[in-house]
Amino acid sequence: MSISIVNVSKSYNKVNALKNISFDVKPGELFGLIGPDGAGKTTLFRILTTLLVANEGVVKVAGFDVVTDYKNIRKCVGYMPGKFSLYQDLTVEENLMFFATIFGTTIEENYDLIKEIYIQIAPFKDRRAGKLSGGMKQKLALCCALIHKPKVLFLDEPTTGVDPVSRKEFWEMLKRLQDKNITILVSTPYMDEAALCDRIALIQDGNILEVDTPKAIVKHYTKQIYNVSANNMYQLINYLKEYPFSHSVYPFGEFVHYTDTRTNFNSNELKTYLRSKDLSNLKIDKTIATIEDTFMELAK
Amino acid sequence: MKRFIGFVKKEFYHIFRDKRSLFILFGMPIAQILLFGFAITNEINNVEIAILDQSKEVTTQEIIHKISASKYFNINQLIEKESDIERIFKKGKVKAVLNFEKNFSKNLITKKNAKIQVITDATDPNTANTISNYINAILQNYLKEETTSSLKAYKIEPKTRMVYNPELKSVYMFVPGVMTIILMLVSAMMTSISITKEKEIGTMEILLVSPLKPNQVIVGKVFPYIFLSIINAIVIIVLSIFIFKMPVYGSFFLLAIESVLFIITALALGILISTISATQQTAMMISLMGLMLPVILLSGFIFPITSMPLPLQVISNIIPAKWFIIIIKAVMLKGVGLQFVWKETLILIGMAVLFIGVSVKKYKIRLE
Amino acid sequence: MMNNTKVIQVEGLTKLFGDFVAVNKISFEVEKGEIFGFLGANGAGKTTAIKMLIGISKPNEGKALVAGFDVFTQAEEIKNNIGYMSQKFALYDDLTVKENITFFGGIYGLSKKIIKEKTTSLIEDLELQKVTNSLVGSLPLGWKQKLSFSVALIHNPKIVFLDEPTGGVDPITRRQFWELIYKAASKGTTVFVTTHYMDEAEYCDRVSIMVNGKIEALNTPKKLKEHFNVENMNDVFLKLARG
Repeated sequence: MSISIVNVSKSYNKVNALKNISFDVKPGELFGLIGPDGAGKTTLFRILTTLLVANEGVVKVAGFDVVTDYKNIRKCVGYMPGKFSLYQDLTVEENLMFFATIFGTTIEENYDLIKEIYIQIAPFKDRRAGKLSGGMKQKLALCCALIHKPKVLFLDEPTTGVDPVSRKEFWEMLKRLQDKNITILVSTPYMDEAALCDRIALIQDGNILEVDTPKAIVKHYTKQIYNVSANNMYQLINYLKEYPFSHSVYPFGEFVHYTDTRTNFNSNELKTYLRSKDLSNLKIDKTIATIEDTFMELAK
Repeated sequence: MKRFIGFVKKEFYHIFRDKRSLFILFGMPIAQILLFGFAITNEINNVEIAILDQSKEVTTQEIIHKISASKYFNINQLIEKESDIERIFKKGKVKAVLNFEKNFSKNLITKKNAKIQVITDATDPNTANTISNYINAILQNYLKEETTSSLKAYKIEPKTRMVYNPELKSVYMFVPGVMTIILMLVSAMMTSISITKEKEIGTMEILLVSPLKPNQVIVGKVFPYIFLSIINAIVIIVLSIFIFKMPVYGSFFLLAIESVLFIITALALGILISTISATQQTAMMISLMGLMLPVILLSGFIFPITSMPLPLQVISNIIPAKWFIIIIKAVMLKGVGLQFVWKETLILIGMAVLFIGVSVKKYKIRLE
Repeated sequence: MMNNTKVIQVEGLTKLFGDFVAVNKISFEVEKGEIFGFLGANGAGKTTAIKMLIGISKPNEGKALVAGFDVFTQAEEIKNNIGYMSQKFALYDDLTVKENITFFGGIYGLSKKIIKEKTTSLIEDLELQKVTNSLVGSLPLGWKQKLSFSVALIHNPKIVFLDEPTGGVDPITRRQFWELIYKAASKGTTVFVTTHYMDEAEYCDRVSIMVNGKIEALNTPKKLKEHFNVENMNDVFLKLARG
């Protein structure tokens, strides 16, 4: 196993940030840790990168114990913390050179690994990191985390606050890195990014809700979901919630995802009810669960 | 070693790209020295005084002549009766009146004790105090010079505190103090800020999760500041020698070694501060309140330690600046060698070792 | 005369930073009670545009009326008639829920009596009874954002500007947040919102997409999807922003 986490708990300031969690990450896997802010993602990352010591449990990264063998781990992992931790007053090239030096390597030595990403920011290599756009900072931070050719790469919310275009490009880069035999653990609050991982763990309030492949995880969702739409979204949500048999009501893009408490749900009955509330343009169709539906059902 | 050089290089980039800090770093010592040297001074020049000479003898005439010959005093007028004194002060121009008693020389010889009343305008107590000190000094000088063998029995109270500063130049007192403040500020505050800055922007996390050892990070962080502090010390000494004609009687080498020792102590304090503060702001507050104020108030730089209440005198012993000021005053003004300041030096070494030990111990290999 | 149903009218609004054109002659109108999505990539000029609309940055060219007031000459009046909430500045962590509400009510010059009424109704609506006297810093992010939104509405502004209000918030709370937005809009408050969640773009009545300082698309989510012949707003965004 590239990462193994067994029964880990961590609390500080009386808050239980992690509650007895366990999972493994296989070598070469692109593993996603999916959950909102405050779920415990950053705490877990800090335990894995030897920055924090868990109160309980055993954690191994690249075969080394995070407490007793932390020095070996620090030699072979790459870490990109939540905020893009770059020296704002150093140029792009100086930042990269500095991180190469402290890891005892040079840019040239591992250039092939970062080449694809670096050429995108190379035109700005003399610009100070503080003057880069969010997307470029993110790419530079990734280069810095990769420069020593780590075996395991930890990316803590690399796409938070970044626009959809840069996010998409970033995930394409991660996919290519995976081909170079680097194990990647990435956290994100964006549920739609989960589908791009090999396997994911859903995390909420310090608990792991589920660990599986994105395809398998939605199968855990057993209820039938219906896409409901009408002329007035707000009224629709309110009346669906008032409906005596409603199990869950969540707006999802242009639709509302609705589930019913009964097994013999009849969409015409619901239509009649909604019409009686003066809603028109009614549409009710079956749809399949997404990771976000699963997450909300599990977190409920 | 390559890692270390890379690290130090990065630190110098930070320092030289932050124009404002750089200006403070090098502008401050110059501004402070000039400020203390010229503006905030205890020296007096051409103070207007009046004389009421009730005996009008050779002795009094000689003393008056001596006073008027000094560049400190201008004799504004001679007055005839005591009732004039108040009138003169009210006009405001005259800051002091010298009142020689009747039969001044006779009293001096027969009673071995003659009286001069020095009346000063105490609306500005500092100046008043300085004026009477200066007049006293001139009188003592006169007595010393004029005392022939036959007059040996006269009681003369020596003013010891002026022995090493016969010209009464306050800048001589300030240079060691200013140098201490600046070395403390540059070394302790700048290092603590630069370390906490890495915590704030999050790069400390990456440094921790790298093969760099904690002491490599610390040494890499403080090394540039040792260098800058030494430059600052040189600038201050050169300024005081060339602008204020301050003598350095002792060995430059000893002065340099002692300065480096103090710089290291201050750097260790800076590291210590950075281990207990999470933000640059906290680090700055702790440095200013915890280091600067004691240096200014309790090191003996401005207020003499001997005149402090006992508890403060005891506390002053734990302030490194106190010992450094004693050492450099001794080396610069008395010209003594290590044999006279080894005790103070040892105390400083002890403090440096203690601070370094504690900060290395407190510096965490993890985040909590 | 200004049309009563248009609460924001922008024409040829431009902002320059030296040679750089941050906002390039943008024009649009927003109706009363509309939920208007203001999208764009990082650095496209969204934040600059919002700053001009809320009266804290002067445009170089163009015209803009917000809540009926001119952004060039009536910035103070604008500030009294709008609410603003961003991800970065929300509430004071070291004040309690109640103290925050009282403080922001005070800023807008509400009377003590009204503040008291507002506090009670707001705490009831958000079901914060148990944490009324807890420090805001101790609340989960989602609760903070909901509270922050309600506080931005405390003086019944005509328009509320939301700058990435739901970043990092969990999916359930995110939806509850949007229900608050719907509720405010149904009462006639105009909502002007930016977001990086493309599913949220679908919740808006109309959406504009900024690319390099210009508004390249402006329509209902449905029409935009039809026009670009794609399934969802994410693809609309990718098509536009990637050129």
